[in-house]
Amino acid sequence: MSRFLPHPVISAALLVMWLLLNQTVSPGPVLVGLVLALLGGWALAVLRPGRPRLARFGAVLRLTRAVLVDIARSNITVAGLILGRSKTRRSGFLRIQLRLRNPQALAVLACILTAAPGTAWVEFDAEEGWLLLHVLDLIDEESWARMICDRYEEPLMEIFP
Amino acid sequence: MSHAAELPLIVAVLVGLLVLTGAVLTLIGSLGLVRLGDFYERLHAPTLGTSFGMACVLLGSVLFFSVQKGRPVVHEVLIGLLVVTTTPVTLMLLGRAALHRDRQEGNRRVPASARPTRQPRAP
Repeated sequence: MSRFLPHPVISAALLVMWLLLNQTVSPGPVLVGLVLALLGGWALAVLRPGRPRLARFGAVLRLTRAVLVDIARSNITVAGLILGRSKTRRSGFLRIQLRLRNPQALAVLACILTAAPGTAWVEFDAEEGWLLLHVLDLIDEESWARMICDRYEEPLMEIFP
Repeated sequence: MSHAAELPLIVAVLVGLLVLTGAVLTLIGSLGLVRLGDFYERLHAPTLGTSFGMACVLLGSVLFFSVQKGRPVVHEVLIGLLVVTTTPVTLMLLGRAALHRDRQEGNRRVPASARPTRQPRAP
């Protein structure tokens, strides 16, 4: 945005975080929080030119809901896998070709996949977009790939145009 | 914690259930570190504790202190946010370090690169 406030959203988030940490809105902490928010925005501007443009608030909500549901479901699945004594379980690596190239969107996807039990982001080939995942319960490679493309990649491409 | 007895019964039961569920999930995740086979499988186990295990304990905490203090106490959300954004970084670092080491040692069970190779993989 301007030189004074290069990243307004990040700065606002920093201020809110500071106030939550202090659990107050009295003038002293607010002042310190404002200084912190400004410094944070400037530091980010120095680190990385260009701001992510967030579009489609509805898509953000839809993605959040899908992620929460999937994490809850995979928590139960993985807990069962750990406690169970099945010998048929097969874990392994899985390759998926992504169309997603936006670095911020990829970072979000990495957080989602690693935060969900059962899938772990291992490596990404930025040139051709191959993602190497490790999956704990690799029954059907095709359905895993389709699930990640439909549920996460599509909305992320909408959110980060 | 000193006024825990003054909590309404229904809230106390709910808080207890949430904290217990979170603790059990985290425990199962820790058990997974012992029970699962290789390093990459073990990578999945602690995420139980850092996803819903953590969420349940934090929800219990929000509920307890909000009811006890009579105002919304939500700064636990920050813990959740920070854990969700930092654990993947650590896990990815560990996973990639393991992959790098396995490749150096010429382990055939790990893929040589993220791109598919022409050779058929072992069944």
